[in-house]
Amino acid sequence: MNLPVIIKFSIDLLAVLLLALGIKGLSKVKSARDANRLAALAMTLSVIGLLSYYLGTSGIAIQSWIWIIIGSIIGSLFGAILAKKVPMTSMPETVALFNGCGGMSSLLVALGVAIFPLSNSVENLDFFKSLINEVSISVSIFVGAITFTGSIVAMAKLQGWLSTPGWTQSKVRHFVNIVFAVTSLIAFFDLINGNTSSIWLLVIVSSLLGIGVTLPIGGADMPVVISLLNSYSGIAAAAAGFVVDSQLLIVAGAMVGAAGLILTQVMCKGMNRSLVSVLFGGSLSAQSTTSSGSGEYTNITSCSVEECALTLEAANKVIIVPGYGLAVAQAQHTLREVTKKLEQNGIEVIYAIHPVAGRMPGHMNVLLAEADVPYEQLKEMDVVNPDFPATDVVLVLGANDVVNPQAKNDSSSPLYGMPVLDVQEARTVFVIKRGMSAGYSGIKNDLFDLPNTSMVFGDAKKVLNDLIGELKDLGVGEK
Amino acid sequence: MSFISLLWVLLLGSLLGLELIGKVPPTLHTPLMSGANAISGITMLAALTLIVKAGENVPLLIIGSVSLGFALFNVVGGFFVTDRMLAMFSRKPSNKK
Repeated sequence: MNLPVIIKFSIDLLAVLLLALGIKGLSKVKSARDANRLAALAMTLSVIGLLSYYLGTSGIAIQSWIWIIIGSIIGSLFGAILAKKVPMTSMPETVALFNGCGGMSSLLVALGVAIFPLSNSVENLDFFKSLINEVSISVSIFVGAITFTGSIVAMAKLQGWLSTPGWTQSKVRHFVNIVFAVTSLIAFFDLINGNTSSIWLLVIVSSLLGIGVTLPIGGADMPVVISLLNSYSGIAAAAAGFVVDSQLLIVAGAMVGAAGLILTQVMCKGMNRSLVSVLFGGSLSAQSTTSSGSGEYTNITSCSVEECALTLEAANKVIIVPGYGLAVAQAQHTLREVTKKLEQNGIEVIYAIHPVAGRMPGHMNVLLAEADVPYEQLKEMDVVNPDFPATDVVLVLGANDVVNPQAKNDSSSPLYGMPVLDVQEARTVFVIKRGMSAGYSGIKNDLFDLPNTSMVFGDAKKVLNDLIGELKDLGVGEK
Repeated sequence: MSFISLLWVLLLGSLLGLELIGKVPPTLHTPLMSGANAISGITMLAALTLIVKAGENVPLLIIGSVSLGFALFNVVGGFFVTDRMLAMFSRKPSNKK
């Protein structure tokens, strides 16, 4: 081994170590921010390692430098601007967009190598090596293309630019996707057989497959899809690592691939959905209207904002259950104002966070943190559940399925077995909701029928604003 | 680097990923997803390799450069956005207005 190889090897080892420590550190709130910077440092080191290796061996031509600088500046600039500007509520679609671009990058590398074989051209390699080369190029293109188009569709649907077309909810979509899958498999083997022109077929068909698979999936399931696509982009990077013979790429890609899979599993568990039903079941609300959306509400109590304010004023302990609806209404700042008033009156306020509250797991924590809610007040489900019996008032804001007692009591319910917040144990429950429509599962919520539950109808943000007014009139929080 | 040892690298990397991430609390899942997503932009190294090895081949240089741009968009954006999210968590309760 000569010097440049040794230096690159050491830097790569250090980078892998730092990346692993970075991911590890992201698991604790205190160390998370430093860990993220550590991972960024590792990535910078890996670039320095690679460039110094080429400088020490073959050298880097001037035109290469020019194209490196152009690509770097444009990519980094757009990335930084978007990251600074994007509102926190749009986090899921932003991650989807970044992720899609990672997939696109792997796809382009593989495409480039396939069209213009690198200096140690494929003809010089033995059969086994060239086979590996062809396979890793094909995998990189296939996974990269699915990641890209899938992520872009996911982003467009979350942004509301794309709705779910009707035909995608029928059985036709399975047929269409199977045709895409089989065609890409044919292109795959054709490519390995040495027919380079079928590479374009592979690019087109795998792109279509990414669209066809993502399009039928409903908005509420999208986080699971993004997490899965995040895993795919790792796999695409690892495949690109085989294409250019880089261990560091393979390790980092494999780590991200494994991470995405675990995260996907956690999200599915929290929503009581299996990955198979998310991917192939279509939009959930479309199926379950016929099955167990049955049952009319018989005992709905609705109440005014004023009553709600009066009850809150008399309480000692209040638990807030924020959900998807709060995130959509962007009412987290208004909510914070309400709770501030309550706290100033000596009322204990806790936020109960269901693992899948918001638009992604952990998203609600980010939104509330943005609204200046102290981290100590956010309690996870297992911690907060024993607290409900000793709670005076629970305020449910835009959450539905995660507070449905059916999941615990009714073994025939599709929700049965899903972990839920036991809000019905509290003395009074207020549900702030726009109307009586079901949650995204399309299932009746038994909570609404209970005698200690009152519905406050209206848009979350408007109701909270009215609530602030009422509390002001009562003199709450004015000292 | 032989193919077999690269496969070992793949296997051990996957196991490492499973181990590291199995223990993250749900609170941090969104930042973690976005952080891991930034790391998947490591494919920028492949793009760099492509550009360096492209020599005088202008189309390949352009493909490499575009690929590098996409990857860096992912990396820089991903790390910045993760940092923004995590900065909110580390805010002290005493800072409230």
